[in-house]
Amino acid sequence: MSQTLEKKPAPSRDAMPLSGPRMPGSAPYLVAAAALAVGVGLGMILGGGLIAMAILAGLTFIVGITVWAWALEGRRSGVDRLVMSVVWAAFAVALVPLASLVWTVLSNGIPALSAEFFTYSMRGVIGDEPGGIYHALIGTLLITLGATVISVPVGIMTAIYIVEYGRTARLAKAITFLVDVMTGIPSIVAGLFAYALFVLIFGPGVRLGFGGSVALSLLMIPVVVRATEEMLKLVPDELREASYALGVPKWRTIVKVVLPTSLSGILTGVTLAIARVIGETAPLLIIAGSTDSVNFNLFADRMQTLPVFIYYAYTQPGVPPDPSIERAWGAALVLIAIVMLLNLLARVVGKVFAPKTGR
Amino acid sequence: MAKSIDVSDLNIYYGDFLAVQGVNMTIKARSVTAFIGPSGCGKSTFLRSLNRMHEVIPGARVEGKVVVDGQSLYDPSIDPVAVRRQIGMVFQRPNPFPTMSIYDNVLAGNRLNSRRMKKSEADSIVERSLKGANLWNEVKDRLNKPGMGLSGGQQQRLCIARAIAVEPQVLLMDEPCSALDPISTSAIEDLIHELKSDYTIVIVTHNMQQAARVSDETGFFNLKATGQPGQLVEFNPTKKVFSNPDEPATEAYISGRFG
Repeated sequence: MSQTLEKKPAPSRDAMPLSGPRMPGSAPYLVAAAALAVGVGLGMILGGGLIAMAILAGLTFIVGITVWAWALEGRRSGVDRLVMSVVWAAFAVALVPLASLVWTVLSNGIPALSAEFFTYSMRGVIGDEPGGIYHALIGTLLITLGATVISVPVGIMTAIYIVEYGRTARLAKAITFLVDVMTGIPSIVAGLFAYALFVLIFGPGVRLGFGGSVALSLLMIPVVVRATEEMLKLVPDELREASYALGVPKWRTIVKVVLPTSLSGILTGVTLAIARVIGETAPLLIIAGSTDSVNFNLFADRMQTLPVFIYYAYTQPGVPPDPSIERAWGAALVLIAIVMLLNLLARVVGKVFAPKTGR
Repeated sequence: MAKSIDVSDLNIYYGDFLAVQGVNMTIKARSVTAFIGPSGCGKSTFLRSLNRMHEVIPGARVEGKVVVDGQSLYDPSIDPVAVRRQIGMVFQRPNPFPTMSIYDNVLAGNRLNSRRMKKSEADSIVERSLKGANLWNEVKDRLNKPGMGLSGGQQQRLCIARAIAVEPQVLLMDEPCSALDPISTSAIEDLIHELKSDYTIVIVTHNMQQAARVSDETGFFNLKATGQPGQLVEFNPTKKVFSNPDEPATEAYISGRFG
């Protein structure tokens, strides 16, 4: 070690070079334009498709900007540009399926949307008669509402136990572990569990919407618990102590100080949990069944839901198949829209309830 | 409405770790008592044991007696929540409730205990407490703005207003000025002088000039030795502690020849 140090005398402390050759600010755009030209040109010459051109252009961009920066500004800058362009490329690749999915669903689904589509059920609808998703919409909303009503209190209270009361207790650790295990339950297993449970009560062949709620709540509870737990942990102990020091009992501190402070995060977590289960198909196929009629009663008879409706409308379209397949796309669009609305709602609610800083 | 505190043979533990050992002292009513000493010697721990905040930390416990108004605080029949209603506390870092306005922060102690109040009564509590904390003139036009929007010194005075709004017998202050600038510190010291006529005040401070300025009596805490529990070295009137202390260790610490 000392030998290498002796071989290389330290640079003179008098020199302090801060300036050097720099790339222009427009460098990424210049390289991007050149890379695009190379990609399209080579693609045309070699006869590749659009995807091949995009990949070529992307690779050219990464190589081009790295080499330029390395040659002009040095190694550190070259590595910086390389990593940055790889990160951007990864982001673009991740965006491709999303954009493609949204485009496909929008272009196929929008023609299906009409007043009848939202207000008609499929009862007695044959062929290309006007039919709709009213029954499935009602079913999805009711079953998801049922699941939310079950999961939110259970999930939030479990999280409160883990964070506020359990802390270091062995039981709290065990619950955390089991919740993690529960996160990994395949949805079909949740459906079979709910089916088995209601068969015990009502006998074999039972179908009811509430069973779907139970199955979905099984999938929802761990998400709610984890989200709430993380949010409660973010509440500083100082606030709890401030409340205790005012002579406020622990439970009231939790209800009036801890929960309001973390409310926006908890609501976001709950909404994400809803979004997670609202598109579940497998458990509902088993326990809620499928029907063409409207059913408002969660506790009796089959109930149609949007995912199950999409599944049957697409796999068993009947004759002629086109109207049914169009309805499947329309229902998919509606389902995505519902999830997106929920996310937006969570954002708004989170903003409204977020602690105010007054700045 | 102020009470004296008698502490006898108090040992304070974190789990198996003995943090403070064998404290005996009498804190006089309607006076300011300051605790000084190096970091980690158990001043704050001791302060927190005076209103049973110590046991909020998992595994923390206390042996010995703390007697306020003839009642032993660590008696099994004592409700810690009731103790904390009588013995308020102000913390090192200002901690107003982020979800509440200035107005609601002051009333937090009453509201969180779901005391029903008329609007006029609530208004008068807010005004009296904020005036008591020397904050009224600065915030009277924006009582409904969030408490977090105030400056650090104002937030700390808001926390003091919140503590005195429930009219405790004793006010414990854990380094209330350590995060504040000299002007805010001066405001809070003035406030301590004013509050002295109504409250028994116990303050922990790292600032010896502050202890000399505000307190009537001073306790010097120190570790027995490295790795040993903290103990009360000397407890005397402030004038005596700063001019002619009984213990050489106290003099060494105050004059800066510590360690």
